[in-house]
Amino acid sequence: MLLIYNLVTKYTEYRHTLITNLVDFFQHKKPHILEPILTINNLTKKFGYLTAVKDLSFTINKGNVYGILGPNGSGKSTTLGVVLNVVNKTHGDFKWFDGQTTTHDALKKVGAIIERPNFYPYMTATQNLKLVCKIKGVDYSKVEEKLEIVGLLERKDSKFRTYSLGMKQRLAIASALLNDPEILILDEPTNGLDPQGIHQIREIIKQIAEKGTTILLASHLLDEVEKVCSHVVVLRKGVKLYSGRVDEMTSSHGFFELKCNNQSELIKLLEKNTSFKSIKEKDGLISAFLNEPIKSEDFNKYLFENNIILTHLVQRKESLEEQFLQLTDNK
Amino acid sequence: MLRLLNLELQKLLLNRTSKTLIFVSFVLPLFIILLSSFKIPFFGYFTLELGELGVFNFPMIWHLVTYFAAHFKLFFAIVVVSMIGNEYSNKTIKQNLIDGLSKKEFILSKFYTIVFFSLVSTIIIFILSLCIGLYYSSYNEFNIIIRETEFLLAYFVKLVAFFSLCLFLGMLVKRSAFALAFLFILFILEWIFYGIIWKFSTEDIATNIQNFFPLKSIYKLIDVPFLRIAATKMPDNQEFIHDYAVHWHEFAIVIGWTILFILLSYRLLKKRDL
Repeated sequence: MLLIYNLVTKYTEYRHTLITNLVDFFQHKKPHILEPILTINNLTKKFGYLTAVKDLSFTINKGNVYGILGPNGSGKSTTLGVVLNVVNKTHGDFKWFDGQTTTHDALKKVGAIIERPNFYPYMTATQNLKLVCKIKGVDYSKVEEKLEIVGLLERKDSKFRTYSLGMKQRLAIASALLNDPEILILDEPTNGLDPQGIHQIREIIKQIAEKGTTILLASHLLDEVEKVCSHVVVLRKGVKLYSGRVDEMTSSHGFFELKCNNQSELIKLLEKNTSFKSIKEKDGLISAFLNEPIKSEDFNKYLFENNIILTHLVQRKESLEEQFLQLTDNK
Repeated sequence: MLRLLNLELQKLLLNRTSKTLIFVSFVLPLFIILLSSFKIPFFGYFTLELGELGVFNFPMIWHLVTYFAAHFKLFFAIVVVSMIGNEYSNKTIKQNLIDGLSKKEFILSKFYTIVFFSLVSTIIIFILSLCIGLYYSSYNEFNIIIRETEFLLAYFVKLVAFFSLCLFLGMLVKRSAFALAFLFILFILEWIFYGIIWKFSTEDIATNIQNFFPLKSIYKLIDVPFLRIAATKMPDNQEFIHDYAVHWHEFAIVIGWTILFILLSYRLLKKRDL
């Protein structure tokens, strides 16, 4: 009895959150009061004949973790370069915060690392960070505090050129955190690192995100974005394909993975059924993509009634990777 | 302004190479003192003993010392081009801008550093000349000592202008070695143009036009003092009477170039995608 009672309450709770989420979605309600940190309007950047970013618009609001996804050369770094004052825009505009401050003053409230960590090789970690303090107008007391966060306190007096790539990248994060930024921008932070280094960086990012810092993470690594981001902007060849919540990225109903002893019969049957939009067979595993929601038990029953007995049945949603490939390939 | 200067000084003084070069560019001019003890034999006709010659008399000494000391500017010129080259090769220029330095502040921090070191160098030369002068000079009246101190101002302007040119070349080619090569090419080009103009007109016109070229105008600010030294030996010889003074129009040309170099560097950085 108790078990059933528990199940029922769990279910009602689940349904409740589901419904509120849905209502929020349809009324475009957001849990936080919207406070824009970065607004980009119709931004275009051309390098000669090549259009690196085309008519891009999106807004970054306080408190969310954003991802910019796109294959290599899709304009992620260029977009970040423009808003970070190192690349000149061709058209369009962008504004930081309320648009009242100049870009370089706004950047003092931003922490950013792009591509590779850039520091003076002949200076020690402390000296490098003090230099950044001077630029940003931050007190030196922050230096040790931030070195501690990224775990470099022991090596603080070693010259930057003696650091491993992972340590360099962690120093870059410490440097970006010096001013307790309103937004942390990370461009491919785990690029070129070994698994241990990747893990360390991700842990640091997670800690920072938990403290409520807004994060903008550009990456081509999907699981990275999937693990930390709540919102995502997908780019391909400088064009925005999608922008919104990660979990609303596709309206797909998922697919079934099937196996049985009589594969050809099964495929024939599925092809006749209008509930499926496409059937794929690979390595003896049939993937049937749904047009409409079907429960696995109903589906199993339906097959059984048609004299097909499954040896394998899994209902899955596409991973972000599959969704991403669909988005970037099909258009 | 102090913040920007402080920023650049940290970058320079923590770098061993630039620290050494800065040190050398300040210490080497001190060896001008050695000049005073030189005895130069002139093919057996007579022996030039500079100390005894009266070249270290005020006000002549200002001219002589600033002229020689200015040659040591090349060491600091290497520092200037490498401070730009390093920012590009380490990509720290990009990081500086991302950290919230504006492009204008970036150029200004370099320019302030140039002005700062030129000033330090001028002060050192001032003290050096004063010491040598007080030791050797036959005239020690205050009025005579301060006469022709415009050579110090000329020295300062000369350094600032030359380093601004280096700054611009550094910004233009992004690599220190290439920037120095460009400096040499510019030197040759100026003489080639001089030659071309001379061929199609007279030597006077060519010289007058060449005096407007960047390197020549910077060099011309403090004239070669040898004839003047000779003139002190033979005051009656008309050939040696030259115009050695520092002129305001020479200042104007050189300051004009300085402003142009700094503005061009800023424009270059502003237009460039990093």
